[in-house]
Amino acid sequence: MILQGNSWKFGDDISTDHIAPGRLFHLRSNLPELAKHVLVDAREDFAPNVKKGDFVVAGSNFGLGSSREHAPTIIKIAGVSAVIAKSFARIFFRNCVNIGLPAIIADTDKIDEGDKLEVELSAGVINNVTKGIKLTFSPLPDVMTRILADGGLVEHIKKNQGFNL
Amino acid sequence: MGKTIVEKIISAHTGKEVSAGDFVVADVDVVLAQDGTGPLAVRQIEKMGFDTAALPEKTVLFLDHAAPSPKKELSNDHITLRNFARKTGVQVSDIGDGVCHQVIPEKYLNPGEILIGADSHTCTGGALGAFATGMGSTDVGVGIAMGKTWLRVPETFLFRITGEFQKGVYPKDLILHIIGTIGADGATYKAMEFAGPAIKAMEMTDRMTLSNMAVEAGAKCGLIASDAVTKTFLVERGRGDKFVSITADEDAVYEKVFDIDVSGLKPTISFPHKVDNTRTIDSPDCAGVKIDQVFIGTCTNGRIKDLRIAAGMLKGRKRHPDTRLIVTPASREIYGQALEEGVLKIFNDFGASINTPGCGACVGVHQGALGDGERCLATQNRNFQGRMGNTKGFIYLASPAVAAATAIEGVIADPRKYL
Repeated sequence: MILQGNSWKFGDDISTDHIAPGRLFHLRSNLPELAKHVLVDAREDFAPNVKKGDFVVAGSNFGLGSSREHAPTIIKIAGVSAVIAKSFARIFFRNCVNIGLPAIIADTDKIDEGDKLEVELSAGVINNVTKGIKLTFSPLPDVMTRILADGGLVEHIKKNQGFNL
Repeated sequence: MGKTIVEKIISAHTGKEVSAGDFVVADVDVVLAQDGTGPLAVRQIEKMGFDTAALPEKTVLFLDHAAPSPKKELSNDHITLRNFARKTGVQVSDIGDGVCHQVIPEKYLNPGEILIGADSHTCTGGALGAFATGMGSTDVGVGIAMGKTWLRVPETFLFRITGEFQKGVYPKDLILHIIGTIGADGATYKAMEFAGPAIKAMEMTDRMTLSNMAVEAGAKCGLIASDAVTKTFLVERGRGDKFVSITADEDAVYEKVFDIDVSGLKPTISFPHKVDNTRTIDSPDCAGVKIDQVFIGTCTNGRIKDLRIAAGMLKGRKRHPDTRLIVTPASREIYGQALEEGVLKIFNDFGASINTPGCGACVGVHQGALGDGERCLATQNRNFQGRMGNTKGFIYLASPAVAAATAIEGVIADPRKYL
């Protein structure tokens, strides 16, 4: 499967408070509504303008902070096809796999705002169409690949009637 | 080859000997979710088709982040959790009972156990010699329904802590110093293990402050070997029989070792908007920083010892007229102690606002949201932009002693002159 879209560029240390702020806590059981504010405290122009298939591209330690799974979930609901960052915070990374949102570790200095990207997950390649360069990334550990391939942890458990890792 | 604490605990929960890097499915002993993450966990459990809980006596749903509820949507989330508890027999820790990470060690968690929680500061439980780690709602939903989780066994960073704390310097200063040194992603994915004579000499309340903030360095857990201090903590709560000795082997393999002598530490403050953006109190950056709100509480520093330290400094004084003080005891047990000891009276006489035990102002939901341009000095664990309800607010992190001195002077202040 090839994911296609344009890049939205973010900096280092984008926290779950930037993605899904505590002041919007009351929208957590209304995820489509919360998704209208996704990443609002990092970039106000993102949520109103993001297109289906686009990529969130960031620096290091993306998703640090809270365990709130609502953060990656509303990124997915907003139509983002993958998050690409130099590094991720642990709980956020695991949550991405569990909800079926690809989280890719790559050298994002080679991607600028608005670059057109094509990502081949199984091949581990990001094709920066705008710049005419290809970036590679390492595949996920087997356990995570299996969960992601099943469409997330809920689907994995349903399909296998438990863990099958 | 010897094992680290985390390797030992996970081995005991998988029925085989595991080492760092292994992927396993492990049995869990205790599961927690809170009112921000629990409703989604309940919906995921329903999606998976489960209608029972594997460990109802040891699964706890905490109404602590929005307690009492300030909005109808959050009241409805509380109903979701209450109904799930009625259906499955899991436990509810109700409004006013306190922050999950305080109540779990007080009532549920024992050394050698595995706790997973849908809250990042679940790592607090590592202070008891338990493997305690934060996860998302789906992982915790699976844990509630099946009593199992998947884990990658982490490598361990060992922090050997020696020396004696100087007057006015506390374990909070130590953990801020550590995070300031290794960075907010300095231990990403790793287990942090705190050991050495200064840890041995440390009370449980202070050990919990250290373990609580492991996640602020990116770590999966913050572990401390169980010992006589742990046993006393359990005995005092009627669980002395649950004590087991959990220690690392002498020849355990560590990825990195850090040696820190606390004797040289000074009161330390994290500046906005990152926990690793630390200064010591003598830095010129700290001079004359006007503070609008001081907040003493949270799972990091809302325990009775913290309240006693602050109250001891505030007794007979009045708050600075331009600075408000909010105090939120971390649990009902602590609130009760503070009430009996007259600690709450001291805060009240000082001019503080005393809140219901729970997460309070720390999460930005209610009970102390900042105004535009306002600065808050808090004893909590996180100072991200927007954390306390306003992206235009500025949060400084420090010990309860620095907080108390600051409430007196209205600017970031050195506590040592009041001790």
